[in-house]
Amino acid sequence: MADHLLSLSGLHTHIGPYHILQGVDLAVPEGGVTVLLGRNGAGKTTTLRTIMGHWTASQGEIHFANHNITKLDTPSISRRGIAFVPEDMAIFTDLTVAENMSLAAANGPIDAKRLAWVTDLFPPIGSFWNSSAGTLSGGQKQMLSVARAIIEPRRLILIDEPTKGLAPAIIKAMTDALRELKETDTTILLVEQNFAMASSLGDTVAVMDDGRIVFAGAMSELTGNPTLQEKLMGLSLEVHQ
Amino acid sequence: MSETLIKPRIEKIPLTDRLTQKLPILLVPLLATAGLVAIGSPSTWLTLTVAGLAMGMMIFIMASGLTVVFGLMDVINFGHGAFVTVGAFIGFSVLSWLAGWTASPSVPLNLSAVVIAILAAMLLTALLGYAFERVIIKPVYGQHLKQILVTMGGLIVAQQMIHVVWGPDEMHLSRPEALQGSFILGEAAIEKYRLLAVGLGLALFLSMRHVLKHTKIGLLVRAGVENGEMVEALGYRISRLFLIVFMTGSALAGLGGVMWGLYQETITAHMGADIMVLVFIVVIIGGLGSIEGCFIGALLVGLLANYTAFLAPKVALISTIGLMVVILMWRPQGLYPVVKAK
Repeated sequence: MADHLLSLSGLHTHIGPYHILQGVDLAVPEGGVTVLLGRNGAGKTTTLRTIMGHWTASQGEIHFANHNITKLDTPSISRRGIAFVPEDMAIFTDLTVAENMSLAAANGPIDAKRLAWVTDLFPPIGSFWNSSAGTLSGGQKQMLSVARAIIEPRRLILIDEPTKGLAPAIIKAMTDALRELKETDTTILLVEQNFAMASSLGDTVAVMDDGRIVFAGAMSELTGNPTLQEKLMGLSLEVHQ
Repeated sequence: MSETLIKPRIEKIPLTDRLTQKLPILLVPLLATAGLVAIGSPSTWLTLTVAGLAMGMMIFIMASGLTVVFGLMDVINFGHGAFVTVGAFIGFSVLSWLAGWTASPSVPLNLSAVVIAILAAMLLTALLGYAFERVIIKPVYGQHLKQILVTMGGLIVAQQMIHVVWGPDEMHLSRPEALQGSFILGEAAIEKYRLLAVGLGLALFLSMRHVLKHTKIGLLVRAGVENGEMVEALGYRISRLFLIVFMTGSALAGLGGVMWGLYQETITAHMGADIMVLVFIVVIIGGLGSIEGCFIGALLVGLLANYTAFLAPKVALISTIGLMVVILMWRPQGLYPVVKAK
């Protein structure tokens, strides 16, 4: 466990009457990108939300940087250095881009150097600094959502389907930005349906099905083995490339 | 990342849509103009308009806390009226103790007594709000039906406690000398106290807007109204924020209670429950959670109630409910619907 930044062991989550996570075991190594794959309804988003404390695990444990965070509430988990980019982006549309960013800098004023780096990574953040976030396009909102997560240094970023519904040009831009982010020693746990993007970024991969991890290993193991891909997901991932 | 890849795409809002968005702001002058046409006499209209604005401002003071509490934490607090009543009783008690100051011809002494009464009422209703949130509201977050039942229960308990502490009778108190009487403007008589209420309500609205738009706590409240879960994911403890907002809302209700009590010069244990009908109408008209909507809604209700009371007293009782029906038919979410992430 000590070798991993984040580890989930035997994690179960119930949402109302539904038993969504049914014993998830996952280890995320420090540095690099770990990709969580799986068909719709496999439990990927619930895994991220359980790590973040939005859902409470009914059984099992979550360890982050050698601390048990299973019972912590969301603000405490965030303050330990985990950022979350949810699937719906959760931009505050009533606030300006600047206000969204200033709230994200929870530990004080925004560091000017860090902001310059973020606006270089995502130019629309600078261009639309004083615009209402509600007027941004889908791609710009996604950039703001990621920018918010990285405006302060974080040890781990959970990103849920950042390319969902975006145009190919924006997907490429987002992939480039995440690749640059990866170089900063920030660990990323990425849920992604776009396998081309996932395989180009991911160092390690875990595949989920029916609320469990059914495969975990190096990304190269999965990309180099179409039979394994077909077995794990019932569909060759090559068709998505 | 190449900038050329991400072309800005801001949709242009058509002129008609932009005008429709601004329309609620124009409703108040429109109603005032309609009132002038219907009433005919400018002096009577001016008196009624100032009375309507004063009433609207006092309702706004009471309603603003309720709407923010609903917007931020999705809590329907039927017990809000208890803070209005308790505030009024505390304010009246303080003013009774300071009877020497209120009866004095000295304006500074008169105003000091009122300010002390208001501060005492706000402080104690804020503390009562703290206890109310911890004991009554906290166990029923996210459960609307239970919230209605338990906060109604809280209101009844508060009313009975007022009987225990202050007795079953209503209390009468004359306003301090400085706040009695009217200014004569042409043929119109404008009560001094109404002008004070308008000034105070306006100052409160502008300060609330300033806090909400230009302070970190205001940003957090606005962000929390839209998506409380994400505010927590950014590291902020929203329950603490809610407690601050709840206590502020309770204190404002207490302030509203003192103002309303001095306006009526009579207070009863059920005055809060009675005024809550108008408060809820205002909150619904404005759009649940919206301060701007609440402000405009309160002014509309105040003006309409005064105009109809003069023009057609029999209609006055239902005019505000009629206004709510008409506005909800036009805008089912209220004048300024608050976007909430679900």
